[in-house]
Amino acid sequence: MSVTREQVAKIAALARINVDEHELDRMVPEFNNLLAWVEQLGDVDTSSVEPMTAVIEQKLRLRADVVDADPLTGGGRRDAILANAPAAEHGFFGVPKVIE
Amino acid sequence: MTNLTDLGVKAIRDGVASGAFSAVEVAEAFNANVAAASALNAFIVTTPDHALEAAKQADEARAAGKPAGLMAGVPIGMKDLFATLGVQTTAASHILEGFTPQYESTVSQKLWDAGAGMLGKLNLDQFAMGSSNETSYFGNVISPWRRNDGGNAALAPGGSSGGSSAAIAARLCPAATGTDTGGSIRQPAAFTGIAGIKPTYGRCSRWGIVAFASSLDQAGPMARSVEDCAIMLEAMAGFDPKDSTSLDMPVPAWSTSLNADLRGKKVGIPREYRMDGTDEEILKSWDHGIAWLKDAGAEVVEISLPHTKYALPAYYIVAPAEASSNLARYDGVRYGLRDLPDGAGLQDMYAATRAAGFGDEVKRRILIGTYVLSAGFYDAYYTQAMKVRTLIRRDFDAAFEKCDVILAPTTPTASFPLGDKVDDPLAMYLNDVFSVPASLAGLPAMSVPCGLNKDGLPLGLQLIGNVFDEQGVLNAGLAIEQRAGFTAAPERWW
Repeated sequence: MSVTREQVAKIAALARINVDEHELDRMVPEFNNLLAWVEQLGDVDTSSVEPMTAVIEQKLRLRADVVDADPLTGGGRRDAILANAPAAEHGFFGVPKVIE
Repeated sequence: MTNLTDLGVKAIRDGVASGAFSAVEVAEAFNANVAAASALNAFIVTTPDHALEAAKQADEARAAGKPAGLMAGVPIGMKDLFATLGVQTTAASHILEGFTPQYESTVSQKLWDAGAGMLGKLNLDQFAMGSSNETSYFGNVISPWRRNDGGNAALAPGGSSGGSSAAIAARLCPAATGTDTGGSIRQPAAFTGIAGIKPTYGRCSRWGIVAFASSLDQAGPMARSVEDCAIMLEAMAGFDPKDSTSLDMPVPAWSTSLNADLRGKKVGIPREYRMDGTDEEILKSWDHGIAWLKDAGAEVVEISLPHTKYALPAYYIVAPAEASSNLARYDGVRYGLRDLPDGAGLQDMYAATRAAGFGDEVKRRILIGTYVLSAGFYDAYYTQAMKVRTLIRRDFDAAFEKCDVILAPTTPTASFPLGDKVDDPLAMYLNDVFSVPASLAGLPAMSVPCGLNKDGLPLGLQLIGNVFDEQGVLNAGLAIEQRAGFTAAPERWW
């Protein structure tokens, strides 16, 4: 399988990364080289194999049903959460206009 | 008087404990080496005060007769992928430049609790994506090693933990944290003549480590001896309820259980690792390793890992897929860079921010990951890769019925000049051909230095163990270390 310039541009749009024409020139052959190389995985017979779901099998734990059981990941940390925001205002994350 | 910066973790800890020198003296000596080595570009920021403060506390605790931690008085380097409270954490990216965590990662907190101090945040490949430390937004790390041909070509310290490997080899720190997704501890360790271990997936908490590929990411120690790695791994490992894949198991006393007597042990030699294109000297070092392990009493058996050649292509689907998902969080809203062109809406801001904030290799992997997860291609690429991953794990399960530990080269070549492979992503990815299989299977694996090649550059040997068997890996590593007698150090030119 190989991808066209338009497809790479679409993938970049899906990934929310602006790419210019110059970058596309470079990316399309790189992309196709990589895809041609990973294509060899198709040679492996996996008809009776389940995809791996966990590297180390273990049961997913439930946390204790307690408010703020861990103070680091609990609530009441608004200012710490906003501390690195590029445009925090009035205790919220600021964003540009969302609706047209 | 001993040169304090030539000492390793255990020698420093024990020297501080016995009063041979103070922790403050040690911290000052390493701070001075760090300050004098800016030519290596190993650190993104230095934190001499952090190291001094921890050292003062270690000295005071000793004076007060309090029990000393595993790492008491030992200053270390912290890969800049670990969130450190109040100290910039960038993952060597522009998009996180200036990001100041409001919390401490579990692993770094455990190290501070064990009495270690921080000399600074170490450079790395951007978001840990790279094998030569050439994708950092903050510039290349230069290996302290040079070829013995009289040329001064700048060599790669390996990646992604290239700041860690360069700093340890150059005696800027006795040990450092690393993280390993497909070889990022083992390959740089091999390139710089140091040791490093990636434990079983889940041994070290991922909480507070900037995520790359979460089903593969594992933290581990890098140092100049197997015993130092064992001590530091004990301090780093342990159950953490904040990481859903953290292993809820006690941490063994690896360092005090070290035993290089391998009688009764079987060492597997995987025939598929004898690949075309592997350097002759690497193959020769592998033969030396086999002889050393026999000398330690082990029986050597040939094993087969039939899906080895598919590990690297499977990795380059799985890791980018997870990365594309993990890196979706960098949106210019919650933290990090924001690029807001005039009149831009929210979507335009996302796309502009991510274009400005990510480097080329990071973009490449996000796009590949987005593609292999997209509708219509998911099964052909991602599901197939995860099935192959199952087969790779089964290969190892079958192998460990025949042997206790596996010996292989860490890398197909020694270090190469910076710039040699940057224009060829595939050639760069091939660096990890021997390290990626153990990562995909979640197994503990380590690299130990085994000698110098004809150019005077270090080579490493890799030991891969069964799940949870870090002890077996460390023991075999120790047997090699004792017989290789690797004492070479880079000549100081910086």
